[in-house]
Amino acid sequence: MSDHAVSLPAATGAIRLEASGPRGPKPRHVFSRRNIFLYGTLIVVALYYLLPLYVMVVTSLKGMPEIRLGNIFSPPLEITFEPWVKAWSSACTGLNCDGLSRGFWNSVRITIPSVILSIAIASVNGYALANWRFKGADTFFVILIVGAFIPYQVMIYPIVIILREIGLYGSLSGLVIVHSIFGMPILTLLFRNYFSSMPEELFRAARVDGAGFWGIYFRIMLPMSLPIFVVAIILQVTGIWNDFLFGVVYTRPDTYPMTVQLNNIVNSVQGVKEYNVNMAATILTGLVPLVVYFISGKLFVRGIAAGAVKG
Amino acid sequence: MTRIENPSVSIQDLSLNFGAVSVLETLNIDVAEGEFIVLLGPSGCGKSTLLNCIAGLLDVSDGRIFIKGKNVTWEEPKDRGIGMVFQSYALYPQMTVEKNLSFGLRVAGIARDEIARRIARAAEILQIEPLLQRKPSALSGGQRQRVAIGRALVRDVDVFLFDEPLSNLDAKLRAELRVEIKLLHSKLQNTMIYVTHDQIEAMTLADRIAVMKGGVIQQLDAPQTIYNRPVNRFVAGFLGSPAMNFLDGRLENDDGNWHFVAEDVKIPLATYVFEKEPVPGPAVFGIRPEHVAFNSGAGWPFTATANVVVVEPMGSDTLVWLKLGNQNFTVRVTSERTPNNADTVSIGFDPMRASLFDAATGNRL
Repeated sequence: MSDHAVSLPAATGAIRLEASGPRGPKPRHVFSRRNIFLYGTLIVVALYYLLPLYVMVVTSLKGMPEIRLGNIFSPPLEITFEPWVKAWSSACTGLNCDGLSRGFWNSVRITIPSVILSIAIASVNGYALANWRFKGADTFFVILIVGAFIPYQVMIYPIVIILREIGLYGSLSGLVIVHSIFGMPILTLLFRNYFSSMPEELFRAARVDGAGFWGIYFRIMLPMSLPIFVVAIILQVTGIWNDFLFGVVYTRPDTYPMTVQLNNIVNSVQGVKEYNVNMAATILTGLVPLVVYFISGKLFVRGIAAGAVKG
Repeated sequence: MTRIENPSVSIQDLSLNFGAVSVLETLNIDVAEGEFIVLLGPSGCGKSTLLNCIAGLLDVSDGRIFIKGKNVTWEEPKDRGIGMVFQSYALYPQMTVEKNLSFGLRVAGIARDEIARRIARAAEILQIEPLLQRKPSALSGGQRQRVAIGRALVRDVDVFLFDEPLSNLDAKLRAELRVEIKLLHSKLQNTMIYVTHDQIEAMTLADRIAVMKGGVIQQLDAPQTIYNRPVNRFVAGFLGSPAMNFLDGRLENDDGNWHFVAEDVKIPLATYVFEKEPVPGPAVFGIRPEHVAFNSGAGWPFTATANVVVVEPMGSDTLVWLKLGNQNFTVRVTSERTPNNADTVSIGFDPMRASLFDAATGNRL
């Protein structure tokens, strides 16, 4: 310290530096006002948000007599998994009494091909729009983006007619086509933005190296774009799995996806309202997107950030 | 523009427009076999665009491009016999160095032992053998650029194109790799076209420099000629650091002797070699700071005294800012003879080494 004082110019010799006082990192207190405020808010918001989920889980584990007591927040006195089993395998929708399991497998058979098809097409679209500036690319892109803003409801009836004419109405493949088409604008935008954020010189280097349209796509671009594919998969899996409108319009009772079947279970008017079965069925339906989020959360955030910045 | 016999690369009447914006205008340039040409200019002058046109990465609006006597104007980049090195290295991040080098050869379907042979040769020339199994992210900037050069090398091409390859490196590495590129050229004797905005790179590497501005080649000549006899004020000001001194004034003729007059400064031009017959009128007088003698007595065709304004020591030498008349004037001085601020000093120079430009057009007089 004294060395410091000595090295000061003579003109400031009147100023004396204190020997004690703050030094090193500024101390931080765990219970500072800032921390209490920050974490307090976070905890309150999280509780508020989680409360409905808690009620659902608790109710689904109770028997009907216990539910009729009306204490929806109290934990189950006697835990039973009966409602879950019933929801999965024997709840009735209309004439069928085989539970949600049929709807689950329908949803799987709808979701998997739709996700693969829509992402495959959209990623190639985005790649072509970002890297191969073909004539009319901008017009094409604008048309595609406008498509994202047109409400689905407008197109429901025309699509019914189209599907009827090509003989796919009511079949799962018809619904797969519909989902693929409606996923296209937003996914193309996502992929285009991601690919245009990649250094253009990489693309040029690959062209000098002699790779063509597909060569660059499969050997250069694809291996570099895992994050954005994860984002696209999450968006599509949750979007298609949770879809109700298209499912109810374009399928028949034996091909209903899980969401439609859930609605039919919950809204059935005959007999007693089995709240515990309804809760269990709802959680079961929501489980797939939930699992997808938990598995890929980190990649999702990374990909969203990468794809969204540059446009 | 003079034509060269059997050029390695020949560009004829090349134009490129992006919509209404004209980037290159009827550009002509011939590059001799084994020549090292540097395209030099400020950013936005079209030098990289020209290189991309030669590489086939941009479609031209008009004109033709010949490489090795073959018209390649409509050819794909891979069929032009070129290798290209990019500023950002553009290495494929998911591939190892070896895979990076071999990518083009694998795409072309070349036999495996031939690929191995070529990679071994390139790795030996560039001394990157220990790096072959690494990913680009595990390499330093200089190593990455070496791999990028290697990728052009393995293609066994006639023409190398460099797009500001050293701009992303720090000053020390840049100097090292500059020498390596020069060695590489003398070893391989390929035609090389090199784009840069760095005049040191241009001066040290080039057989000929093409100074560009606004999509037009201002001057195409050997580095020394461009440095000593710039054809216009832009070229004179762009090359040289510290920049050339410019004095605004008039060209006057007293009894058959030409003088350059700027207020109270009068420079006799008896030793100056005029490009064409001079006429009296406004002109700009340019002389480089290192061509001015400092405190070295009389004997110069022009001498004057001036006041020192600022002194900038640069280690090897010192830059002294003066007021000559009321215009700024810089002189390069060896470090031992550094004056103090506000000193009055004498300077002298020979107008033979100067350049005179037309005030209106900027062309050399």
